[in-house]
Amino acid sequence: MSAYAGTGRLIRLALRRDRVQIAVWIVASVALLAAGAAAVADEFPDEAERVTALKGAGTSPAVLLMRGAPVGTDLGALVNFRNYAFMLVLAALMSTFAIVRHTRQNEENGRAELLGAGRLGRRAGLTSALVVVAGADLLLGAALTGTLLGAGLPADGALAFGAATAATGLAFAGLAAVAAQLFQSARAANAFAATAVGVAFLVRGIGDALGERAADGIQVTGAWPSWLSPIGWGMRVRPFGEEAWWVLALPFALVAACVAVAFALAGRRDFGAGLIPDRPGPKAASRSLLSPLGLAWRLNRGTTLGWVIGGALLGLGIGTLGRTVNEAMSGNTGATELLDQIAGAGAAPLVDTFYAAMMNVFGVLAAGYVVQALLRLRTEEAGGPAEAVLATAVGRVRWVAAHLACAVIGATALLVLAGAGMGVADAAVGGVTGVDPLVGAGLAQLPAALTLAGFVVLVFGLLPRLTIPLAWAGLVASIVCGLLGEVFALPEAVRDLSPFSHVPPIPAAEAAAGPLVALAVTAAALAAAGLALFRRRNLAL
Amino acid sequence: MTDAIAVSGLVKSFGTSRALNGLNLTVGTGEVHGFLGPNGAGKTTTIRVLLGLLRADAGQVRLLGGDPWRDAVRLHKRLAYVPGDVSLWPNLTGGEAIDLFGDLRGGLDRTRRAELVERFQLDPSKRCRTYSKGNRQKVALVAAFASDVELFILDEPTSGLDPLMEAAFQQTVREVSARGATVLLSSHIFSEVEALCSAVSIIRDGVTVESGTLARLRHLTRTSVTVEAAEPITGLDALPGVHDLVADGTRARFDVDSARLPGVLRHLAGFEVQALTSHPPTLEELFMRHYGEAATAGAGR
Ligand SMILES: Nc1ncnc2c1ncn2[C@@H]1O[C@H](COP(=O)(O)OP(=O)(O)OP(=O)(O)O)[C@@H](O)[C@H]1O
Ligand SMILES: [Mg+2]
Repeated sequence: MSAYAGTGRLIRLALRRDRVQIAVWIVASVALLAAGAAAVADEFPDEAERVTALKGAGTSPAVLLMRGAPVGTDLGALVNFRNYAFMLVLAALMSTFAIVRHTRQNEENGRAELLGAGRLGRRAGLTSALVVVAGADLLLGAALTGTLLGAGLPADGALAFGAATAATGLAFAGLAAVAAQLFQSARAANAFAATAVGVAFLVRGIGDALGERAADGIQVTGAWPSWLSPIGWGMRVRPFGEEAWWVLALPFALVAACVAVAFALAGRRDFGAGLIPDRPGPKAASRSLLSPLGLAWRLNRGTTLGWVIGGALLGLGIGTLGRTVNEAMSGNTGATELLDQIAGAGAAPLVDTFYAAMMNVFGVLAAGYVVQALLRLRTEEAGGPAEAVLATAVGRVRWVAAHLACAVIGATALLVLAGAGMGVADAAVGGVTGVDPLVGAGLAQLPAALTLAGFVVLVFGLLPRLTIPLAWAGLVASIVCGLLGEVFALPEAVRDLSPFSHVPPIPAAEAAAGPLVALAVTAAALAAAGLALFRRRNLAL
Repeated sequence: MTDAIAVSGLVKSFGTSRALNGLNLTVGTGEVHGFLGPNGAGKTTTIRVLLGLLRADAGQVRLLGGDPWRDAVRLHKRLAYVPGDVSLWPNLTGGEAIDLFGDLRGGLDRTRRAELVERFQLDPSKRCRTYSKGNRQKVALVAAFASDVELFILDEPTSGLDPLMEAAFQQTVREVSARGATVLLSSHIFSEVEALCSAVSIIRDGVTVESGTLARLRHLTRTSVTVEAAEPITGLDALPGVHDLVADGTRARFDVDSARLPGVLRHLAGFEVQALTSHPPTLEELFMRHYGEAATAGAGR
């Protein structure tokens, strides 16, 4: 029997499982890009306007960090500047999650074992996952190219945009394939791969922020750090600028190397095992584990510490940029306008507007953490130990409340430490913003993040079997409507649906209690409704 | 004293399919009650309703004198449950999981726990993700039996255990039964049910088709008889209650309705019987009769 026997069968199975998920991902990407391209054509029809906007942006490291390096002044170049990095991140996330879903997750819940018994080669699982994801990336790239051509943009740039997006997706598929071999749980593999996407985005951002400006005062070439990141490679293809096609060789080389490593690892380990062997643990439980809260904390501990430490480090990093931002941007109205677009602050000190915009990102991170932590409710219920736990003297409300408490504490710690990190680093490089206002700014994001927690509890109570996709969709929608609403030119009413649209841009603006209290009340109401529904429904085991 | 479990007319649907269709189940306090039925008959669904995990659509359900949906938490302190498919937390050790379940139920007996860990030959320091199916089941069994509760609800608790562990399981059930606890045991293993249970309920397609003590059920059904005489045996086919007769001159093999057995014996007395064996129907035969009827009825439809 060949090592690849049964690959075709697995591919068909994976396609059947994924048909909705991948289609939604691709359609959403296309819709966002179409909206983004239309918004650019609408807002900046004249070259002169584009030049003003881009000139400002080129001098602001913060904008370069979030958006990327401008590659020119025509329409396509501005579409690249505003939407490209985000598209690369979407492709990377789609690919990592799909690879883990079809490899480690299959193994973890025994599906692969069942299939493995029926004439499957050793390499069939990983091969089929890679084929399916490569197909999805190709489809995504082609769809994006088609979208840009449809918007009347030049063919070269459209092709480079699509090809580089697909190649970036593939590169992360390779990284995820390795992660899926190294980690024993799909959760850990997903967390690692998603963190890799985040780090790659930031490393690329630092490269672009430190980049060199060309003589025209507009084009920026990223500094060396962006060569370290697969997302940086995607940026360096420079669609709609002077396309550097050869850079596409890098992601392909990476994916080839990763696939070789993943197969070597797969051949070396036992089925279901990771490479890091298990050591014996305690024979009896410590007192701290013996309650619903103790259990919830134990289950969330690793994830929470990861997010909190990551948030604090990121806060420190951003704090060190504060002064540079202030110096670079004073007297530059274009940059201020762009920052205002993200943070929504009026005439405030530039550095504070910068911090407010960054705090919005932490709000999103906290929301992402909260969603991930609360989705454990569903994974515990669906074929997990919740059946046995809820057959003990633990009531349903108490069980959910324990997980909710962990999520609230984790999100609070994440935001406080991010703000403190920013404040401390800002003071260390001679800034004057101070720790307290930045911790306050962090806490101001908490009600918005908790609104998503309430949303997750609500869908968990209402539609248990759809909890996981709906929760992530809610997060993505609130990011798109809230933080990127302007970029995609969404109507005001749609933007207002996102909790992030209602957070005052502290420290650039005064803290306003009204919207924060309203968000907190909304969060509590959503959670209470979800709990009431959960108490009344059948367990969906 | 009230019954530990009293279910009547229980109906439960999932969407358009009816899993339970007027099911009755009565388990007396102190009884070890076997709960039998082919795959998909509704055993697990019934148990989940009894635990308040699913909500009954119609019918009466009483558990330890309370309503399992409304009084779930209060009732759960008095019972222990072993699910059919034991799922544990991959990162916790078996020992931690045992303590956790025990404590969430209201505490467990430490010496009993140690004794059971020994008896079931479980290594409690291993991470749950590394346990086999049988070992996961042992974790759930130790956690349940180390609790001092009145009622044990066990859903196919031994489907992954080896014969040695099966014996350990039977010993443990006898011990809790001896101290007065009630046990509801869903199982596909007839020898286990025959060895442990004083009463059984057999369900099919969500309805109870047979229920009572094993002795009574046996009486209601047929006994298999093999007889050998010095002269040819005649006239058996004319007797009421005789079925599946295979007569071969001086030898005969047949089944007889247990109630008709005395008449048949009187008839045989006239033939100078040399050897006679009879055995009551095994549980498997009881079960197969219902199951077989279902299969024939299904085929006839
Ligand atoms: N959540 C559910 N959704 C839809 N149908 C279900 C659900 N749970 C059970 N069923 C159906 O209800 C019926 C009874 O299932 P149940 O699990 O109670 O059977 P069982 O007697 O425990 O079978 P087994 O011996 O295989 O464990 C089956 O037809 C099953 O398909
Ligand atoms: Mg069952």
